[in-house]
Amino acid sequence: MSHILTILTFLPLVGATVVAFIPRTATAKIRWVALVTSLVTLAWGIGLFLGFDLHHPGLQFVENYPWIESPPVAYHLGVDGLSVLLLLLTVFLAPLAILASWRSIGERVKEFHLLMLALETGMNGVFVAQDLFLFFVFWEAMLIPMYFLIGIWGHERRIYAAVKFILYTMLGSALMLVAILYLYNATGTLELPAILAQLSGPAPPISPKGARWLFLAFFLAFAIKVPLFPLHTWLPDAHVEAPVAGSVILAGVLLKMGTYGILRFCLPLFPEASRQFAPVISVLAVIGILYGSLVSMVQPDLKKLVAYSSVAHLGFVVLGIFAFNPMGLEGAIYQMCNHGVSTGALFILVGMLYDRRHTRLISEFGGLSSVLPVLGAFFLFVTLSSLGLPMLNGFVGEFLIILGAFHRRALYGALAATGVVLAAVYLLWMYQRVFLGEVRSEKNRALADCSGREKLILTAMAAVILGMGVYPQPFLRRLDQSVAEVLARVQPGEEAALVFGSPKGWNDASRVATSSATTFHAPWLLPLPGPERERGPLDLTRDSRRELRDAAPAELKGIAGVACTPGEAPRAGMNRR
Amino acid sequence: MTPVQALDFIRVLPEIVLASCAILVMVAEPFVSARHTAALAWVSLIGIVAAGAGNAWMRRFSGPAFGGSIAADPFASYFVYLLLLAAALTLLGSVRYLETNQVHHGEFYALLLLGTTGACLMVAATELIMIFIGLEISSISTYILAGFRRADKRSNEACLKYFLLGSFATAFLLYGIAFIYGLTGTTNLVQLSEKLSAPGARPPLLWIALILAFVGLGFKVSTVPFHIWTPDVYQGAPAPVTAFLSVAPKAAAFAVILRVFLGGLASAGALVFWLLWISALLTMCLGNLAALWQTNIKRLLAYSAIAHAGYVLVGMAAAKAAGPEAGEGIASVLFYLAAYALMNVAAFILVAHLAGAGERYQEADDCTGLAYQRPGVAACLTLLLVSLSGFPATAGFFAKFYVFRAAIHAHLIGLTLVAVLNSVVAVYYYLRVVVAMYMREGNPRASASPLPWPLGAALALSLVGIFYLGLFPTPFVRLANLAASPLP
Repeated sequence: MSHILTILTFLPLVGATVVAFIPRTATAKIRWVALVTSLVTLAWGIGLFLGFDLHHPGLQFVENYPWIESPPVAYHLGVDGLSVLLLLLTVFLAPLAILASWRSIGERVKEFHLLMLALETGMNGVFVAQDLFLFFVFWEAMLIPMYFLIGIWGHERRIYAAVKFILYTMLGSALMLVAILYLYNATGTLELPAILAQLSGPAPPISPKGARWLFLAFFLAFAIKVPLFPLHTWLPDAHVEAPVAGSVILAGVLLKMGTYGILRFCLPLFPEASRQFAPVISVLAVIGILYGSLVSMVQPDLKKLVAYSSVAHLGFVVLGIFAFNPMGLEGAIYQMCNHGVSTGALFILVGMLYDRRHTRLISEFGGLSSVLPVLGAFFLFVTLSSLGLPMLNGFVGEFLIILGAFHRRALYGALAATGVVLAAVYLLWMYQRVFLGEVRSEKNRALADCSGREKLILTAMAAVILGMGVYPQPFLRRLDQSVAEVLARVQPGEEAALVFGSPKGWNDASRVATSSATTFHAPWLLPLPGPERERGPLDLTRDSRRELRDAAPAELKGIAGVACTPGEAPRAGMNRR
Repeated sequence: MTPVQALDFIRVLPEIVLASCAILVMVAEPFVSARHTAALAWVSLIGIVAAGAGNAWMRRFSGPAFGGSIAADPFASYFVYLLLLAAALTLLGSVRYLETNQVHHGEFYALLLLGTTGACLMVAATELIMIFIGLEISSISTYILAGFRRADKRSNEACLKYFLLGSFATAFLLYGIAFIYGLTGTTNLVQLSEKLSAPGARPPLLWIALILAFVGLGFKVSTVPFHIWTPDVYQGAPAPVTAFLSVAPKAAAFAVILRVFLGGLASAGALVFWLLWISALLTMCLGNLAALWQTNIKRLLAYSAIAHAGYVLVGMAAAKAAGPEAGEGIASVLFYLAAYALMNVAAFILVAHLAGAGERYQEADDCTGLAYQRPGVAACLTLLLVSLSGFPATAGFFAKFYVFRAAIHAHLIGLTLVAVLNSVVAVYYYLRVVVAMYMREGNPRASASPLPWPLGAALALSLVGIFYLGLFPTPFVRLANLAASPLP
């Protein structure tokens, strides 16, 4: 067994140990060690991303060792497409968060970087753990560094925010622990694949009623983290009071753990219960979208505005997940990454403004783009990505989600689309008030524009935003397997839509499904074939493709260019730009 | 009755070693000059280690001793280790404390050893009178220890309160024992169990005996509503004594509850179960809720100790509910007590150091900003509190985990939910101290002097233990399972 994932997970912890031995006065050294560690981790993560085998179903880079005898806990790591994407997001944001705190964290530098690196280990661990117990350990352990980050380096109400954050999350995870124990008691194992096999077997050890309760226990833990309306009240406090790095990690990664948990545990473990609760959850998600957007609109504080916009964006993600179709699901996962990058970037930008003026009140600014042209340009770029401008990342995710939501229920789609409009309103209005017009306050005249370090951070983020918007293929392709597996459990039959109305025809219109709709473990949607490309072993003949196409549910054919012959395939449906 | 043999003495070797060492310390005390009192501490420590070695050695001679009034079995052996550990940590934590507070008398160590001896007798006893004798030896020593700072009003109050209420409670236990003897004609747990499980044997007033005995033991483990003395005594007693009080007599009393209520009186099923269930519920909830309002760290930890007793009772209720498969629940209780001993003794002896001379600084706010004056000390206290609140990778987590697992296995879902929610509440008050140390600006009033080395050693030992149990619990779980096996 290789140790790629162990190294990825614990590399930051090694860095933290090194930091612990550096004298606290040598702040420059501490910063560099932390940065280099996180960059090496990033490189490792990119290697993992590239080395991820698209053709391989199920988990990859598996490591599995027995850890505890009773209960039988295994140190079981592994990644699928979903984890790979979120891991990449995590290791990408960590060095940026450290870099963004280069100047703004001046006190207790050693503790700060120690905790940042420990936090990164915890986050990576959450995404690679394949054992319920191990997952829980990382999930809980990660709370402590975050708690300290908010509580020590936060703003005025930091203690309140930190305690609120940890209590909310603990509440959810406590119930999850009971659910995990109950599952263990029923199945006799804590390994996710084994539990899945038992639950989907002919005689599931848990009654439908029990499954509903377990679903709720797990879902509550994740919904608090997401956060789904009405469990979001910890979020504005934590995001606003946290230091920049804390906000970036909170918004960028921690919220995703909630949606990751839903996808990894709630849906596959309790498909029946998921379907039963889906309408309620979708409605809450829609409320979250609208409520988050409306509340954002009236915030006088920049950071609070961005924080509430997270409620709306994560509402989109949850809506997409509970649409139970490929468009919604892939969009949701993509949107998770988008939100991580875009909102992370927004928090960094707000932090940069705060560093200059020591205020975040919108009314204090105005006309900044004449003073800070570079910062203003980046700000605009990120704002546009956050509100979903085509060609930038936000668009891909939101579009797919709305498509999926429409497919589930037109009303959801319509309301969610309203949310997009509202996002444009609050974000652009904010941009206008901060950057456009006359410089109103004298204090704003002498501000310095971006330093080299700031340009570096922002360029990296902008490049990713653009890259993910123009060429989502490498990301989406890695999701196909995971999405198909989730769908196969939660909405059997829907994964067939991956074959036909493939949303991944997005930029690769010639891609056509190459796999039988009935086997989920066959490699899905190989990155294939224009007619000119070579036919792979799994390619279907023209006839069998036609068969599959005809077998598609009728309402699907109207969507995403299903009703076309394989050769010209999804181009008709999907290239609407 | 068989005549007393050499084997009988071997089977109480730890107790003999401890008692002899205590006597030695007491005899030597007048001959040791005040400057060298610490030497007595090291003698006592050697005694404790020797008792541990004796405990390990006599494993191959296990069996009943003194006509079945004492059993040298893995259960007793496990608890003896635990009690010796608590005593050793307390001792390491008190050497410098006694000097700072100018109460460095050799009797302290002798009383500590005697208290441990009594507790060891309690856990090994399989006869109600023997249990009572052990309880009295341990209680009387700890009553005196609680008032060891003679010049301090609070310490006197603690001593008196502990003594009066404690004697009252032991009277209850004795009354219960008398009832049991009257009803069944025996005080031996094995014979008791046989008599009660015989068909048709249902003495009419057994429930009175059960309740009386439970009240007496409930006082020792401070279950609600017999906990009233706990906060005052824990706060008033010298902090290292509190460390000992909160662990050793408590663990011993839990061992007795296990032996009596799940062993000897096992056949009185439903009543015992409900007694445990209700006390678990009340103890957890009240302990945690009351702790929320505490600003004094000692008092806070006192209420937290009450709450922990509640979790232990959950494990016991689970063991009781599981009927013939009680082993899992009992093992979870044993594991819990070991983790609890490590965390609680360490927390109290560290607080003893922070409180400074005369224990003036016991408030959470006194620790304000400590993390930047003494990062090591603050990190240490934080780790202990994190473990007490049950975060993963620490002993506290697995302790709770195993108890909850046993409870769910026994289908006590409701009680488990209450316990889990309680542990969330607990996070709030444990973090109060962390908030003060790390997140508030200011200078600590609490003693920022460096840790004396015995205390440092004790803390290092505890932390290693806490992380060992938190990361690799398997060997220890095996041990607990083995220890749980002599019980039904």
